[in-house]
Amino acid sequence: MTVWSWSAFFEYLFSPFLLYGAWTTIWLTVVSALLGLMLGGVVAAARMSGIGWLEKVAFFYVWLMRGTPLLVQLVIIYTGLPQIGIKFEVVTCALLGLALNEAAYLSEIIRGAVQSVGIGQRNAATALGLTKFQAMRDVILPQATRVMLPMLGNSVNGLLKTTSLTSAISMEELLRRTNLLIQERFLTLELFVVASIYYLVMTSAWSLVQNWLEHRFGRGFEEEARLENAEQR
Amino acid sequence: MPNSVDPVISAEKVGKHYGHFRVLQDCSFEVKNSEVVVICGPSGSGKSTLIKCLNGLEGFDEGRIVVDGVSVGDPQVNLTKLRSRVGMVFQQFELFPHLTVEGNVMLAQRRVLGRSTAEARERARMLLDRVGLLEHSAKYPKMLSGGQQQRVAIARGLAMDPKVMLFDEPTSALDPEMIGEVLDVMVNLAKAGMTMVCVTHEMGFARHVGSKVLFMDQGRIVETGAPESFFKNTQSERAQRFLKNILHPMGI
Ligand SMILES: Nc1ncnc2c1ncn2[C@@H]1O[C@H](COP(=O)(O)OP(=O)(O)OP(=O)(O)O)[C@@H](O)[C@H]1O
Ligand SMILES: [Mg+2]
Repeated sequence: MTVWSWSAFFEYLFSPFLLYGAWTTIWLTVVSALLGLMLGGVVAAARMSGIGWLEKVAFFYVWLMRGTPLLVQLVIIYTGLPQIGIKFEVVTCALLGLALNEAAYLSEIIRGAVQSVGIGQRNAATALGLTKFQAMRDVILPQATRVMLPMLGNSVNGLLKTTSLTSAISMEELLRRTNLLIQERFLTLELFVVASIYYLVMTSAWSLVQNWLEHRFGRGFEEEARLENAEQR
Repeated sequence: MPNSVDPVISAEKVGKHYGHFRVLQDCSFEVKNSEVVVICGPSGSGKSTLIKCLNGLEGFDEGRIVVDGVSVGDPQVNLTKLRSRVGMVFQQFELFPHLTVEGNVMLAQRRVLGRSTAEARERARMLLDRVGLLEHSAKYPKMLSGGQQQRVAIARGLAMDPKVMLFDEPTSALDPEMIGEVLDVMVNLAKAGMTMVCVTHEMGFARHVGSKVLFMDQGRIVETGAPESFFKNTQSERAQRFLKNILHPMGI
């Protein structure tokens, strides 16, 4: 057992090998979040469609994806599907697993946010002659977005860390590369501290983006908060 | 094609129920061009339901409603088109909080009537000026008082150049000192010849500009009359009791 090595720590902290792993983590997160958001929107729309069988299919999907561990889903896609003749690249498997799983969670967030916009707003939009689609796009969704942004943001924060599960199917993201380096010199603590720092930098940077987004979509609502604060004083 | 002497709204024996509960029964009335019809009645009597049936926000089971020549209950009818010709103002204002005051008044003009941004803005500013809120155009609704928000809501409805304006208790959610500013706008609208249906308990408004008063109770239109006769010679015992309660709530 060696004692803590600062030189190894700094060597790993700026290692291109790990940096590239972190980059993989970032784009895995971004791509699966975007795919998940699109698919989640479709699932949410299906669940609120008012079409019986479609709602049931969407419900089943959400139930299935949220009721089983992501790790199991990844393994099924990576090693299970080839057994029945369906084979994808590792990257495709990782993205597919992450996006399909994320979509189930995001669809619930989207649905909740859309339903949080009251019937009064819908009536006002309808009474003006807007079509259902226009009312959704111009009145409901902008307000729902404000409601769901904090939750979407937290979900992306979670996803940044969840991508590490894809190391189990040999996706070379940050955790996998950390483990590969550990095999070389067994500097476990140094490497995991470095990996943690990478994750912290990524999640903190995302928090900044998230704050900016929430501010951007909060227009028209901030004044209310400010007035309420003023009243309390 | 609707003729100018045809009523703007005609409702014949309209009925509606939720399960076994009858919200509306046998409701018949007409609103002619430039008339101001006031609907009043106790809470739960079906006033909101009736007024929402007029632009198809609520469906109904029996009878017939024709608005501006269009049969509202007809499944073939394109309701969005009709709705753009019927303005509606709600008790809780229902301005769109993510849009500025001007944006609220412009949205449907652009989306539904296909007006250009410049056209819609010009019309919005003209109407905001008319309700005395031009200097607030760029603000968001939450920055305005209730009375101001309701006046924006009226401007939003007017921007569609409606044939008729529907009001569902437009002053009930307002602090007393703001009721006047909203009623003023409504009175001016009535005097300018707008056809209006107003659910309201502001009897001063009814007396001043009302063409007729409909009194509702338990889903029925119990009494109909010109304001003077409705207030002076109230026929039904139920309406007498109602008027006594709202005019002299403490029995004095
Ligand atoms: N979706 C619904 N399902 C069942 N009952 C309903 C529904 N909507 C309204 N009602 C009932 O219908 C009746 C009439 O409601 P409505 O809102 O039209 O009354 P109102 O005269 O406008 O009352 P208020 O003065 O309180 O606004 C009420 O008893 C109400 O409880
Ligand atoms: Mg009502």
